[in-house]
Amino acid sequence: MTILFKNARLIDPEQGTDAPGWLLVSGGTITQAGTGPVPHSDEVVDCGGKCLAPGIVDIGVKVCEPGERHKESFRTAGLAAAAGGVTTMVTRADTVPAIDTPEVLEFVTRRAGEDSPVRIAPMAALTKGRAGREMVEIGFLLDAGAVAFSDGDTVTTDTKVLSRAFTYARSLDALVIAHPQEPGLSNGASVTSGKFAALKGLPAVSPMAERMGLDRDIALVEMTGVKYHADQITTRRALPALERAKKNGFDVTAGTSIHHLTLNLLDVGDFRTFFKIKPPLRSENDRLAIVEAVASGLIDTISSFHTPQDEESKRLPFEEAASGAVGLETLLPAAMQLYHAEMLSLPQLFRAMALNPAKRLGLPGGRLSAGAPADLVMFDPDAPFVLNRFEMLSKSKNTPFDGQRMQGRVLQTWVGGAKVFDAKG
Amino acid sequence: MTFRGKHLLGIEPLHPVEIITILDLADEYVGLNRASVKHADALTGLTQINMFFENSTRTQASFELAGMRLGADVMNMQMQASSIKKGETLIDTALTLNAMHPDLLVVRHPHSGAVDLLAQKVNCAVLNAGDGRHEHPTQALLDALTIRRSKGRLHRLNIAICGDIAHSRVARSNILLLGKMENRVRLVGPPTLIPSGAADWGVEVYDDMAKGLEGCDVVMMLRLQKERMDGGFIPSEREYYHRYGLDAGKLAHAKEDAIVMHPGPMNRGVEIDGTIADDINRSVIQEQVEMGVAVRMAAMDLLARNLRAEAA
Repeated sequence: MTILFKNARLIDPEQGTDAPGWLLVSGGTITQAGTGPVPHSDEVVDCGGKCLAPGIVDIGVKVCEPGERHKESFRTAGLAAAAGGVTTMVTRADTVPAIDTPEVLEFVTRRAGEDSPVRIAPMAALTKGRAGREMVEIGFLLDAGAVAFSDGDTVTTDTKVLSRAFTYARSLDALVIAHPQEPGLSNGASVTSGKFAALKGLPAVSPMAERMGLDRDIALVEMTGVKYHADQITTRRALPALERAKKNGFDVTAGTSIHHLTLNLLDVGDFRTFFKIKPPLRSENDRLAIVEAVASGLIDTISSFHTPQDEESKRLPFEEAASGAVGLETLLPAAMQLYHAEMLSLPQLFRAMALNPAKRLGLPGGRLSAGAPADLVMFDPDAPFVLNRFEMLSKSKNTPFDGQRMQGRVLQTWVGGAKVFDAKG
Repeated sequence: MTFRGKHLLGIEPLHPVEIITILDLADEYVGLNRASVKHADALTGLTQINMFFENSTRTQASFELAGMRLGADVMNMQMQASSIKKGETLIDTALTLNAMHPDLLVVRHPHSGAVDLLAQKVNCAVLNAGDGRHEHPTQALLDALTIRRSKGRLHRLNIAICGDIAHSRVARSNILLLGKMENRVRLVGPPTLIPSGAADWGVEVYDDMAKGLEGCDVVMMLRLQKERMDGGFIPSEREYYHRYGLDAGKLAHAKEDAIVMHPGPMNRGVEIDGTIADDINRSVIQEQVEMGVAVRMAAMDLLARNLRAEAA
């Protein structure tokens, strides 16, 4: 069966274009894109001049299955993803228990297949139990479908263990995703150090801890030759190290979070725990530097780092409250803030949210070219709304954007040529 | 007289006029406290609960006495010993207490922001008796009253706050209050105990006592908070005393009539020499304790007036 998406504003991150046109899909695969006279098709979807872009590939989604289904399940995460234009959730391994054996990974894949309307690309832990002592069965886990290896936001403090894991991963050409952070400095911290943290009396970490972590990891990459992705670069001072590593030809990429691109440390205000994330929100100077680094391509990917937390984990004094924010449904509207502020174009945004993550993980999606899967998001970048967290589909409602005026709504989401979300219901 | 707040959570939201209102009323209560019959009825019929999630003798006693002198029914709860151990959350504790219809809740908690959080969940007036490293507003107010009474004014003074600034909520509240009243505030201490970003607060930062105390009207010493230090802020207590402990030699750099303050409890021989602390010509440490009761009476009186106005 063929489907024609006509009258669309095509956002093509590969070509770097944002132009009117049509897209033809056949058997779940994109077959042709063009302008002018439209080809014949079995079905026609009129985009009404709205944007059509490759579906978002979100690296670092926490689904909370197994272990914490009261916070999020494959069903609720999948629905939230579809509503947010995320067509592939690259899921985290920091569940309870950790996803560190092929058996647990198979459970995840099966559960996702049963319940999630969008695709799942699971990550596996890098060390057993994410304890930083022994590497996981990287070979078996690759065979079971792991797309990358990561202990989430836990830093492997034992550099010898990490160097062995990197060396072994290199032999299998596996991608390792790490959280660059000097663990001694950041231990116990809940905000970034500076005037604000000191005034509020909150335990704080210097932004320099991120650069120290990155410096160590890059040295290990140089030593081992592993394929490395830094999950979140959020500070200006970490950027020169990243730039040098790329110039030196190491296989290094980096991501950042939508929250670090759109919020700063002052948003914490009077101890608002929904703004407690890891790493903590940074200064406005850092935020602007990171936006620029995404624009230049130095930072490759933008993710939501969707981290569901129930009310009980957040309704605590700031130091005790859990870290993390949900983001699947707000990633696209938050990204539109950067578009409307004329800091990033739509092709630049979708390069970082769809094309680059797919490329880095070796997935076929993230593009509009012939042969790619028909994973698509149709959206209106201008549609205004006020976010009400209780209207979100995610089981946990811990969003920092509650009550905020936003622009940009997902109209339809398609996965493999099938419609999985329609704003009209 | 102007005091708008429903709670007293910190100095940060207060307007200078509100600070003066509290201090003026506290001055009147100093008189009452020195009279032979120490009783008034500003809080008669009201229930005051003191909830201390952190050990305290002095502050709790001061709040308790303040409430009793104004006729409130006062209850003390040692939270460390009770429900916290059973895993109850702060919010649950707050809701439980709220159901008992207190009018004034005095709270101390080891975590910054915890008292703000609690205030959002209860109907009564909440007084912050110290939250983590954030604020301790009644301490700053009693310090201000002490300074005003001994210097005759609370503006254009040179005030040095010395020692463990990093772990001190007293320092934060004092910096805010003294800044609002247009004083020149200096922070003096080893750089490891000065929070990063302090220089952006509109204060001058010194790591040398002699320079920091030069020409000061007020020398405010802070307690070295050994219990909050998880390692390596200072090399040793004796080196700390040598470089930062207040003795006659260091005090000689301040003005001749400079007063010496300390929020207590003191570590004699660590941050302050015993003879300085006991020198009745320089030290106002005992007066601080006296002002503490009066300031807390004033603060609770004003909050109770707002409660009644709201109910009416």
